[in-house]
Amino acid sequence: MVCFVKTANANPVFRALADPTRRAIFEELTRQGEQTVHALTRYAGVSQPAVSKHLTVLKRARLVRHRREGRETHYRARPDALAPVVDWLNLYGAFWRERFDQLEAVLERMD
Amino acid sequence: MSETAEGTRTVVVERTFAHSPQKLWRALTESSLVGQWLMKNDFEPAVGHKFQFRADPVPNWNGVIDCEVLVVDPLKQLSYSWGAFGLGTVVLFTLTPAEGGTHLRMEQSGFGANQDAAFKGATYGWQKFLGNLDAVIAELD
Repeated sequence: MVCFVKTANANPVFRALADPTRRAIFEELTRQGEQTVHALTRYAGVSQPAVSKHLTVLKRARLVRHRREGRETHYRARPDALAPVVDWLNLYGAFWRERFDQLEAVLERMD
Repeated sequence: MSETAEGTRTVVVERTFAHSPQKLWRALTESSLVGQWLMKNDFEPAVGHKFQFRADPVPNWNGVIDCEVLVVDPLKQLSYSWGAFGLGTVVLFTLTPAEGGTHLRMEQSGFGANQDAAFKGATYGWQKFLGNLDAVIAELD
């Protein structure tokens, strides 16, 4: 468990998506394609500075990219950055296999 | 991407142990034995019992996994919910007598499924997010 938790926490993608609002924003971008900060603010129902802050975290995790057009900033999702999250789920399998090894040892010790 | 995506992700680990179902059941249901192979816990084999697994805390995680016993069918099945990182899943152990021992199947599911009320705390849950993950990944191709 400890090993798998460390892996999860070391992952900026996982950290970025640990927040419900950021997950919602990210998924809205995967659903709707490119969106302006204004549109995302309407969708998320939180203040624009809050949305901008969330977008910065998503950007650092390389989950979104942006471009400026006039006074508007447009964001789009980069779903390929999700690969580490899939890996994280796969780690659960490794976790249980390791625990089964320990279970085997416990059974040997029991009489 | 469908709102009703049923992309449940399931982790299955199976092994045949050269021990009796009785012994394996004890290792799965006696708190101190469970603590020796899984994690420290206050488990009790009673449906509805809420308990926690406790791992060593690490940055960003207090090391607690919140659980509730769902199924206790002696020598056959044991199931409990498993909540960590706001991600609600269900762990199901199934024991089957096998030649020379007991076959144990661990199935952890619900990574993508809607969970019952116990996990509806988050306004936007991991379940839904991960349920849609398959569709997102599929779009990459």
